Amino acid sequence: MEQQLSVRHLLGIKDLKAQDIQLILDTADNFKEVLNRPIKKVPSLRDITIANIFFENSTRTRLSFELAEKRLSADVVNFSASGSSVKKGETLLDTVNNILAMKVDMVVMRHASVGSPHFLSRHIQANIVNAGDGTHEHPTQALLDAFSIREKLGSLEGKKVCIFGDILHSRVALSNIFCLQKMGAEVMVCGPSTLLPRHIRDLGVKVELNLRKALEWCDVANVLRIQLERQTIKYFPSLREYSLYYGINKALLDSLNKEIVIMHPGPINRGVEITSDVADSAHSIILDQVENGVAVRMAVLYLLSQKK
Amino acid sequence: MEKRLIIDHTLLQITIDRLCSQLIENHDDFKDTVLLGLQPKGIYLSERICKKLSETLGFPIPLGCLDSTFFRDDFRKSGKPLVANTTHIPFHIENKKVILIDDVLYTGRSVRAALDAMIAFGRPAKVELLALINRKYSRDLPIQANYVGLGVNCLDTERVLVELREQGVAEDNIWLIDKKNKEA
Repeated sequence: MEQQLSVRHLLGIKDLKAQDIQLILDTADNFKEVLNRPIKKVPSLRDITIANIFFENSTRTRLSFELAEKRLSADVVNFSASGSSVKKGETLLDTVNNILAMKVDMVVMRHASVGSPHFLSRHIQANIVNAGDGTHEHPTQALLDAFSIREKLGSLEGKKVCIFGDILHSRVALSNIFCLQKMGAEVMVCGPSTLLPRHIRDLGVKVELNLRKALEWCDVANVLRIQLERQTIKYFPSLREYSLYYGINKALLDSLNKEIVIMHPGPINRGVEITSDVADSAHSIILDQVENGVAVRMAVLYLLSQKK
Repeated sequence: MEKRLIIDHTLLQITIDRLCSQLIENHDDFKDTVLLGLQPKGIYLSERICKKLSETLGFPIPLGCLDSTFFRDDFRKSGKPLVANTTHIPFHIENKKVILIDDVLYTGRSVRAALDAMIAFGRPAKVELLALINRKYSRDLPIQANYVGLGVNCLDTERVLVELREQGVAEDNIWLIDKKNKEA
């Protein structure tokens, strides 16, 4: 087994080797055990300062990163674009360099612009973790999804995973496709054709427009939210119509005569892409994903901190 | 490379039997005593000791394994990546007498890390250390073993190599290796 990552930043899953993903997931196993101890804290990063720089809104990811950092004993500073000098016209590089001047060792960044963490990585020394860059990648979400599937089904090799919904605007979808394929899973995407990228087949994924056929094919359904905030034009007539054609409900799942693991990266729009009785059912691992997110992020930060 | 056998299979068996007898002398009925093997190689030894104790006493002795990787003081300092192993403690250690079991006691830094890792699970009434090999005069910290299989006088240029069947080797052997000659 590889003992360290081949990269010094986590910019995207595309840059990772399968061994890197394996190492992160195996390390996360150990951190998940740590999180179930009476004292859920280890001193590994006590000499490290981490800046969480969020230029976009976030609840889960930001909390999850902050908790992971604190569980590793790192010092944490938080920055959000609202109420900062970004509003006064400061550039991204100036903002980050000013934060780094305060002796910060690692940067966790979310930004609306695709490639912004890649740009930063060419200009600063600190380790960078991409917490989502526009519609491009959200690597830690893909890693925690892979971890959750592995935990539930034993392995990813040969498993059939279908990603449902707004693939076009989803960074979770792209990172998941890269991650699952590298770990030997088969991937399908399903949604209205207007929300599927035109050349998505070039990534080696299956494409299905029919919800029922996709559900019949898959072992795992990863259901995505409709990202209305990123949609500048109308991609479907109404949420009600979307829900009728692509909403996953209990009656539909019961009619399949097979068990499917239900995942969702959150936030859930209940009654749109998924009904409450499915989201809260025994087959749903949505809250496990949130719990695993902390362990996976601890693993990423722990492993990257060894790469100077 | 100079390689000297210090414990063979037969002597290891005798040593483990003796260590178990010493443990029974001090812990009597083992009512509140638990065993914790230290990862990576201490767990094999702890399994053998647990098996012998359970056979002798006629009831199972609680056994767990403890990994101290996240508590080590050489993280990002040794230049070598530290990869964690499994920790599994299927019992409470609060107010118990804990016996930590390791293969080699050298600088004492691993045991220091293990003590910190163990405290995350509760506050034991007492902690003891059992080491199969005690490398004398080489401690960096004030840590000593309560039970020792064999005390060894060796230089910093020497290394103790523990080979146990559980690691996939044909037979149990513990060697003293001169690292200096190996480099030459």
